[in-house]
Amino acid sequence: MSEFLLELFSEEIPARMQKRAMEDLVRLLDEGFKKAGILQCEFESFVAPRRLGVGVTDLPTATPEVREEKKGPKLGASQAAIDGFIRAAGIASISEARIESDAKKGDYYVVDVVKAGAKTTEIIAELVPQIIRNFPWPKSMRWGEGSLRWVRPLHRVLALFDGEIVPFEIEGIKASNQTEGHRFHGNGVFAVANFADYKTKIAAANVIIDREVRKASILVQAGEICAKNGLELVDDIGLLEEVCGLVDKPFVILGQMDAAFLDLPPEVIRLTLRLNQKYFVANDKATGKLAPYFIVVSNVNASDGGKAIALGNARVLSARLNDARYFWDLDRKTPLASRVAKLDTLVFHEKLGSVGEKVKRIVELAGEIAPLVGANVDDAKRAALLCKADLTTEMVGEFPELQGIMGRYYASLGAVPSRPPIYRGAVERMPPPLQVGEELASVANAIAEHYKPIGPSDNVPTHPVSIAVALADKFDTLVGFFAIGEKPTGSGDPYALRRAALGIIRIILENELHLNYYDLVEYLTVEALTNLALKAVDEAGTISNIAIERGYSEETIHEIVGAETHTHQWAGRRVFEEGIARVKKGLPSFFLDRLKIYLRDQGFEHDIIDAAYAIDDDDLVRIVNRIKALSIFLKTTEGENLLAGYKRAANILKAEEKKGWESADAVVNPSLFKENAEMSLFATLGEISSDLAVFLAKEDFAGALGALSSLRSPIYAFLDDVLVNDADASIRQNRLALLAQLRQMMAKIADFECIRGN
Amino acid sequence: MSESKNISSHQTACSRAYKLGKKPSFQDIILTLSDYWARQGCVILQPYDSEVGAGTLHPATTLRALGDKPWKAAYVQPSRRPKDARYGENPNRLGHYYQYQVILKPNPINLQQLYLDSLYEIGIDPKLHDIRFVEDDWENPTVGAWGLGWEVWCDGMEVSQYTYFQQVGGFDCKPVSGELTYGLERLTMYVQGVENVYDIDFNGNGVSYGDVFLENEKQQSAFNFEHSDAAMLKRWFEDAEKQCGILLANNLPLPAFDWALKSSHLFNLLDARGVVSPTERQSFIARVRDLAKGCAASWLETQQGASK
Repeated sequence: MSEFLLELFSEEIPARMQKRAMEDLVRLLDEGFKKAGILQCEFESFVAPRRLGVGVTDLPTATPEVREEKKGPKLGASQAAIDGFIRAAGIASISEARIESDAKKGDYYVVDVVKAGAKTTEIIAELVPQIIRNFPWPKSMRWGEGSLRWVRPLHRVLALFDGEIVPFEIEGIKASNQTEGHRFHGNGVFAVANFADYKTKIAAANVIIDREVRKASILVQAGEICAKNGLELVDDIGLLEEVCGLVDKPFVILGQMDAAFLDLPPEVIRLTLRLNQKYFVANDKATGKLAPYFIVVSNVNASDGGKAIALGNARVLSARLNDARYFWDLDRKTPLASRVAKLDTLVFHEKLGSVGEKVKRIVELAGEIAPLVGANVDDAKRAALLCKADLTTEMVGEFPELQGIMGRYYASLGAVPSRPPIYRGAVERMPPPLQVGEELASVANAIAEHYKPIGPSDNVPTHPVSIAVALADKFDTLVGFFAIGEKPTGSGDPYALRRAALGIIRIILENELHLNYYDLVEYLTVEALTNLALKAVDEAGTISNIAIERGYSEETIHEIVGAETHTHQWAGRRVFEEGIARVKKGLPSFFLDRLKIYLRDQGFEHDIIDAAYAIDDDDLVRIVNRIKALSIFLKTTEGENLLAGYKRAANILKAEEKKGWESADAVVNPSLFKENAEMSLFATLGEISSDLAVFLAKEDFAGALGALSSLRSPIYAFLDDVLVNDADASIRQNRLALLAQLRQMMAKIADFECIRGN
Repeated sequence: MSESKNISSHQTACSRAYKLGKKPSFQDIILTLSDYWARQGCVILQPYDSEVGAGTLHPATTLRALGDKPWKAAYVQPSRRPKDARYGENPNRLGHYYQYQVILKPNPINLQQLYLDSLYEIGIDPKLHDIRFVEDDWENPTVGAWGLGWEVWCDGMEVSQYTYFQQVGGFDCKPVSGELTYGLERLTMYVQGVENVYDIDFNGNGVSYGDVFLENEKQQSAFNFEHSDAAMLKRWFEDAEKQCGILLANNLPLPAFDWALKSSHLFNLLDARGVVSPTERQSFIARVRDLAKGCAASWLETQQGASK
């Protein structure tokens, strides 16, 4: 079998695009090969900062000729149909076609179409330029005087088929057998003979083409350095993925930072290292706390062993951390509470107003939620008022990821002694003494925690004040965006509404909060929409103001926009009503979908979820408790049997209901019983009904289901021994009423109708 | 790096400093870069005499990047960023600083190597330091311009911005220009090993960057944040916008561009004063962009800007 080697050599490919590009290259080649008739081969792709490539093995040298029988129209079909067939089959006249016949179709034309095989090199020479031209880079560019697009200027295309250059050219770049290695540790341009030769020579030129090997090498080197220095590397998969795309060959160097910086919040130090500098951080093995070191992955094996690099990086880091210190000191001059007013100038969403307006809504709602979750109302309102205030701080401006976390720091500051900055000659620039506002710990924590859970693996807030603010913020976001018609689509969820809904679900369930979800939504819908409506009134006002500015007379304006006040009220009412309609229409089902997905991820069956959800209940915790109890119960023999009995009984009722029988009016009359089985079922129903009520009142669904299971044998006895369809209409009615009573009783736990039987 | 050795045998201000066992001064670095880029065939221009937020806004870059006439230029450009001013109290942030700007149209295919050689000339040896090209897409919404490229890191410090222009003023750049922007203060701080911008050795003869600029930073900060008159700035913005429109109507893109730059700077001053609401901000940016686009379109009609 044959081998094909392709390497596309360019200027530095953005790290975040490399892995995907490698996958796309294989996919596009594979699709192209398949289309051309090469059905099987092996791909080994690779990517490094300046190259993207693939070695393909097990290739044929050519594709075989393909014969295909093409069936045409019947004899005597219209001339148009025959002409169409002649064109499609690529023949000169219909006389070249054979005539075949079968029973169904009669006589019809057939042509044997022969698709000639092609040399694999020809296929490649056509396919590769196409792939290059249409490569799905997230962003691509032109360069120089050409019109070709690539992620960055493309310099060389290496294309070898069994050691021979595949002859093609794209925008003046001729395929060759040449490449080059590491930018600084390479040895110029060189030729390769095949994939194996390429691998040897590229490694000798100090490029590791396998990104997994680069990743492993970084971890091994970092691990060794940490072990030597009593440190523990802090795992950072995201950073590793990125950094392995920034180096041809990693050289890991340990740098030291001024320990005086360790009094900055550790989150700030970590982010500065990670985001701005792409350094790994390490903890002190002895204390488990952040150590004053950083780990940098260099692309060069410096002649001084990396001393200059470590020093240079340390200096840059000092500058960065001094910057962070400047923000930290500056931010602390202004108490968090006095930043709230500034939120009015920060846009939350064009149609939903400022962050300040959002905060006002959250304060009200958090106040409503607080007593329901056991939080102090004043604390919840205070936390809600402050929860977004850190958005106006310099530190959050620099590191948006620290929103909430910085708010907690700034809210819970004790008296902080000011200290001189760490750069030289700055004593005279010492910041003035800080004024600090001290908030309660519960309030400060809520500021940090109200964004939680941030992702599926993040934990939920558990403190009552944090819960109240977290729920208020998320409900407000959901209701607001649904009200303005910005709900998520299949592909896009720009306002992270799914995450907000899932957050609410998890906070409620994991804290076992008994809340009336729909009441909250309704309350907030009105709250949020009042705001929106007022905005619309303002806008309507603006329209007339513009008209006045442009010199239209009052009368004209009235003519144009109708009576002014009228217009405003109309605009406000319209927004209000449309908003409510949108929330009512969209939010409950959106929320239910999220809940179902969440529960399915937890391993519950969807029919059981439906059965529990069908009960008129808007307490999520209770719903989930039903689901849990049902899931366990239905796996037992008792559960299975009870369900089977229920299905038989319910089927009888359904058949009757189809004929117009109504269960609502049915009353059981014990004096009409004739069979023992009737009596015993009725008696059991009576016996368990009070137990059931007690269990349900305690929300003990396992207990309730246990109580129901004593119905099993009376039901079976009834179904086996009693003929419901008695000739006497009153007896028949009575028996149906008995079954209806059974169904009604079971429906107090779940709608068993939704559950699939075995 | 045989190419580098060849080039570095040429005497420059930096190489003379190193020979004397000294670190190059701020002006040594400027002189060396100009010397180097002059050898690459660039015209060495002087700073544009209007307030700009970045070296890119010099008409030698913004306007010359349009059209198909080849062009190579290099210059120092003082850049004013009123909002970044810090009363001289921050060791790394300035409201006024220098950029060294290079534009090569079309970009030569070896531009990366040319750039690395320029670093070598000012004393940055790529085998001793970790030089990395880190993705950074450049965009300037006020002139409707964007390009792809990198920020160049030297031992973790961003020392330059490297961009292949794709569009300016909303027009495709054909051919593509390569643009290099060196942050001169950062680069010098790095080469000299100083941690505070005001400690930079300016001339190798006893004058520091602080001696030259500290007082300016303090006074300009007070102006930017405390004493600028928002009502006047707004009025001037509107006047500048009008003047630009009048010039565009008369097919005079070069003076029109001056007034577009004025309006851009006035907007930056308003922004620093904290009187621009987010919505207004968008509309200001759109207004400046319209002016810049008008200038670009009109420039393309002229002799210099015309395509063949």
